[in-house]
Order: sequence, then C-alpha cells, then structure tokens
Amino acid sequence: MTNVLVCVKRVPDVSGEVALTADGQAVDARQVGFTISDHEACAVELAVRIATDTGGTATVATVGTAEAVEQLRNALAIGCTAATHVVADPTTLGAADVARELAAFAGDHDLVLLGNDAADSGDFQVGIRLAYELGRPVVNGVSTVEVEDGVAVARGEGPDGHETFRVPLPAVVTILEGGVEPRYPSVPGRMKAKKVVIDERELTGEPAGPGRVTFTLPPPVSSDVQVLGEGAAAAPAVVDLFERIGVISK
Amino acid sequence: MIIVYVETDASGATEMSREAITFARDLSAAGGGVPIDALVVGELPDGLATQLGEYGVRHVHHAVGDAFAAYSGAAWAAALQAARETAGSVVVTASGTPRGMEILAHVAARLGVPMAANVISFGGLSPFVVTRQVLGGSVREEMRLDQRPAVFTVAGHAVEAGPADQPAAAELVEFKPEVAEADLVARVVSREAPPPDLSGALKSAKVVVGAGRGAGGPSGFDGVTELAELLGGTVGVSRVVTGAGWRPHHEQIGQTGSRISPELYVACGISGAIQHWAGCASAKTILAINTDAEAPMVTKAHYAVIGDMHEIVPAINEELRRRRG
Ligand SMILES: Cc1cc2nc3c(=O)[nH]c(=O)nc-3n(C[C@H](O)[C@H](O)[C@H](O)COP(=O)(O)OP(=O)(O)OC[C@H]3O[C@@H](n4cnc5c(N)ncnc54)[C@H](O)[C@@H]3O)c2cc1C
Ligand SMILES: Nc1ncnc2c1ncn2[C@@H]1O[C@H](COP(=O)(O)O)[C@@H](O)[C@H]1O
Repeated sequence: MTNVLVCVKRVPDVSGEVALTADGQAVDARQVGFTISDHEACAVELAVRIATDTGGTATVATVGTAEAVEQLRNALAIGCTAATHVVADPTTLGAADVARELAAFAGDHDLVLLGNDAADSGDFQVGIRLAYELGRPVVNGVSTVEVEDGVAVARGEGPDGHETFRVPLPAVVTILEGGVEPRYPSVPGRMKAKKVVIDERELTGEPAGPGRVTFTLPPPVSSDVQVLGEGAAAAPAVVDLFERIGVISK
Repeated sequence: MIIVYVETDASGATEMSREAITFARDLSAAGGGVPIDALVVGELPDGLATQLGEYGVRHVHHAVGDAFAAYSGAAWAAALQAARETAGSVVVTASGTPRGMEILAHVAARLGVPMAANVISFGGLSPFVVTRQVLGGSVREEMRLDQRPAVFTVAGHAVEAGPADQPAAAELVEFKPEVAEADLVARVVSREAPPPDLSGALKSAKVVVGAGRGAGGPSGFDGVTELAELLGGTVGVSRVVTGAGWRPHHEQIGQTGSRISPELYVACGISGAIQHWAGCASAKTILAINTDAEAPMVTKAHYAVIGDMHEIVPAINEELRRRRG
C-alpha cells in the first residue's frame, strides 16, 4: 500500500507570443489558458497507477493562487482522491520556498512525485530541495516509476544509456515526460472530483522570494522570410530553390 | 574562484561543458581574472587535462573512489562540494544538461543557496545578476544571486565553446572525497549498454530534413525520410519527437541535442522554440514547412511553405523524382 503525493504547478499555456505584466514580474496570462507541464501530467498518471496497483492513495498538491484549484480538480478527475492547496502567488516564491511549503505535509506520504522542471519558472530543483527538507533520497529525471515490495524502481535515459534506480521508500522521484501516456478524465471522474473537499493551507513562513529583478522579452527578430507558396502547389518553387542553392544539380 | 563541473565522453570534455568553461572564462575576465577550476568524476579520458588547460583551467580536480562506481546525484554533488571547498570557489557552475542541472541543484540544496538554471549571460558582478531562459525560452528572467557560492547552470549553446587566448598548464589533482552512506541510496543499479553515438552523421550533414510534432506520430516520417534520401541528407527531429519515442535521441537537434550547420535545413512541423533554434541557427539556408504562418520557425526562416507537411513533402519528393527523370 503506497501513499503517493504528486506536486503540480499551474502555468500559463503559451505556445506563441508572450506578453509581460507592466511591472515585469509575471507573464500576462489574460489571453492564454492554463495548464501543468507534460512532465507533471506524466507524474500524475504514474501516481494514480501506483496507488491503484498497491491499493494505496494518490494525493495531488499545489502551491498556487486560488485559481490553481482548476489543476487540482483535473488531477482528481483522473484518479487522485485527495488534494492539498497552499494558497499563495508562486511568482513571489523561490524554489526553496516552494520546497519548504511542500515539505510541511509531504512527509506523510511514502512516495513524492514531481516534474523534472516547471514549464514556467524552469528552476529544475524543487524536487531535489524537497528531498533534502524531508531527509529522503531523490531520483531525478526518470520516465517511469513502479513500487515493488516497498522499493521504488525508477527507469530513465542517462547520458550513457538506459538506467535503473532502486530506492527504498520513503523517497522523492522527479519525472520526465515520455514514459507513460496520461489518461483523459471521464465524466464520472469529473463528477467525483467536484465533491472532493480540498485541504487549503496558508504559507508556513516568510518566503525568501525568487531573487527576480525582472522578466524581459528576448529582442524581436525581424522576419525577412520569403514565402514560396502554400500547400503542394509550392513544390516546384521548392525544388527551384534546392537547385539555386546548389544542394541538387540542375 | 570559479569551479565548473565538467562532463566527459571518449573524446574529452563534452561540447556543452566546454561552453560552460568558456562562459566561466568571460565571468573570470570580468572579475579581474579569477582562476577557474574543474571537477571531473570517475573515468578520465586521455588528454583531458591538456584540453582543459587550453580552455584556461588551472586545476582539474579528479574525484575517484568506490562511491563513483555508479551514478548518484548526491555523491557527485558531494564531490563537487569537496572540490569547491579546496578551491575556495565562490561560483559553482556546469552546463544545463540533465546531469549538470541535477548535481548543481543538489549542491545548492546542501549549501542552502539559490540556483539559477539555464543562464545565458551575466550583467553586473555586485550585485551579481544573471539572465536566464524561462518559459521554454520565450521569456528571460534577470535574477540576483546574492549568496556565495553563486550556483548556476549555463544554457546549452548560449555561448560558442572556444579555447583561451592564454592557455594554462592545468594541474591534475586526484582526490577521494568522503561520501556519506545517505548519498549512495539513490544510485544507478543497472545500466544497459550505452547506445553507440550515432549523431555524427547529423552534425556533419550537408542537408538536414527535420520534423517535429507536426509529423503526427511514428509513421509520419516516411515523407521526410524520403526527402532526406533524395537530397543525400539526414533526418533531424525536435525534442517532442524523441520525448514521445517516435525517433531515437541521436536525431534530436537543439539545446539538449546536436548542433547542426548544414547548407540546407528543411524544418517540417517544427514550431522553432528557442531550444530547437539553438541547434539549427547556423544552418546556411532554412526552409520551414508549417501550417502556421506565424510559427517562430517560419518567421525566422529564410524561406517557407505554408501548409500541411503531409501534402507538401510528398509533392516535393515527386517533383524531385520527376526532374531527375
Ligand atoms: C531545458 C530545455 C531543453 C530543450 N531542448 C530541446 C532540444 O534540444 N531540441 C528541441 O527541439 N526542443 C528542446 N526543448 C523543447 C522546446 O522548448 C519545444 O518544446 C520543442 O522544440 C517543440 O517541438 P515541436 O516544434 O516539434 O512541437 P510544437 O512546438 O508543438 O510545434 C509543432 C509545430 O508543427 C506545426 N504543425 C502541426 N501540424 C502540422 C502539419 N500537418 N504540417 C506542418 N506543420 C504542422 C505547428 O503549427 C507547430 O508550429 C527543450 C526545452 C527545455 C525546457
Ligand atoms: N508552485 C508549485 N506547486 C506545486 N509543485 C510545484 C510548484 N513549483 C514547482 N513544483 C514541482 O516541482 C517541479 C520542478 O519545478 P522547478 O524546480 O520550479 O522547475 C515541478 O514540475 C512541480 O512538480
């Protein structure tokens, strides 16, 4: 019976242009939706599988604004059965602050899963800091994890090939996307998720902050792209180009 | 005093580690020429000290011992921490690879100091301000690192790796750091034979035909593979593709993949994220094929065709075959 905690962060779902708030302290997300990173979606999937396989529980947690309840409900809809919400604006927190907040309750769980890196702040460290807060071992950047007889078996790609770790629980593991396919919520899953009472908490201490001076946008690149055409009809123009630059002979 | 964690392969220090040393050298110059040390853990490739000397490294700390027989982030961090103490370094850095990020995050957590990930440049020294990539590179963050040591990783291909004007005769110092039992709990217990490094063909190709998420799935590469063959080139892909297991990692182009510099790069169904661009920016001619005329890959390219790659690429192949007769 493994009780798993999985940590997710509500982040702006940006694919194209990004705008910043006037004070340069946040992404202006009024025009975009919100999501969690793919790494975290895989971590949620793994948490639910482990809870099911071992007859344990999967709890989802976030440190986020009141709106982040949306991301908690999404995780509840695919099989997490409890949720903890530290209500705070994460743009005012540093990675060490977030780790400390999570550590306030993560110790109640046998296994803590996180993403390898958050899609917005990209600090690559909350999981590792959390492990030190809890005094637990941490495996980083693996794509799958299973629990066998109280041991977390984690597998991933290292620089020198496919690696396996075996770590006795309790432990912390951070997940890279690609090892599992996150499931979609079912309608009954969504109904059930709505009924879960979320454990809301406040920050436990004064945050050190992110050390941010400001966000900036990279200098715009002036585009001088030459559009050769649309669709299949552009093929002759493309081959003309190949001839002109000499990658094929005329 | 700066210490750089250096990753190696059979040929010596990896390109990304040499970039991190190059970055450290710029920082050293700004700080009046403080010395640069390096830490290497485990196997030592031939000629490494000479190579690092050419990059301006003063001491190469080489950690040896049973603790390093198999990888564990905490043990590697213990070695870096010990070398830092010996060297008296106030800056600890590494390249922004998975291992570099992991080991430095351990060091920062152990020392209770912040860590800045994916740094691309630095501003002032006091206070020490770095600029780093966030939100997939579409935003930058200026961050203060007030505590010492300042811990940060250097984003891949943010600087060009290059030897120092004045090479140093790097001194090799072997040491056996003490590693606590707790640091060995989360270590690799088995490793499958490393796949041979097949990225050489991609790095030296004259023509690269790339495909990203727009390929749609593992079976969506027939057209691009054929185009690459017709042009005597090689297939390259985005991280979405390798992450999903559609194609092998050695085909990945970008910050955490290969850097290419072909005569022609045809990028199909690739959005052109900063991390991808980092690997393909030095292609002489870039042709983007994308359904989205506003995709960064399209706006940054020299040429573009707007539309579905699954229609356009076969049509190009057809036209190439037709002209060949
Ligand atoms: C630390 C870090 C390191 C990274 N390293 C790398 C790296 O080394 N290499 C890398 O590539 N990425 C890297 N990334 C990921 C990068 O940020 C992007 O997520 C990734 O490059 C996006 O891949 P993509 O362009 O294939 O997918 P998407 O961004 O999803 O883009 C798909 C594109 O295909 C187009 N499209 C869809 N269907 C079609 C169709 N039928 N025909 C034509 N066009 C179509 C869409 O318009 C879109 O532009 C890294 C990220 C981080 C945080
Ligand atoms: N505010 C947050 N709330 C919950 N989990 C978080 C938060 N920030 C980061 N995490 C977790 O830590 C991982 C790494 O984040 P980071 O170190 O910020 O890149 C993320 O993928 C999440 O799983």
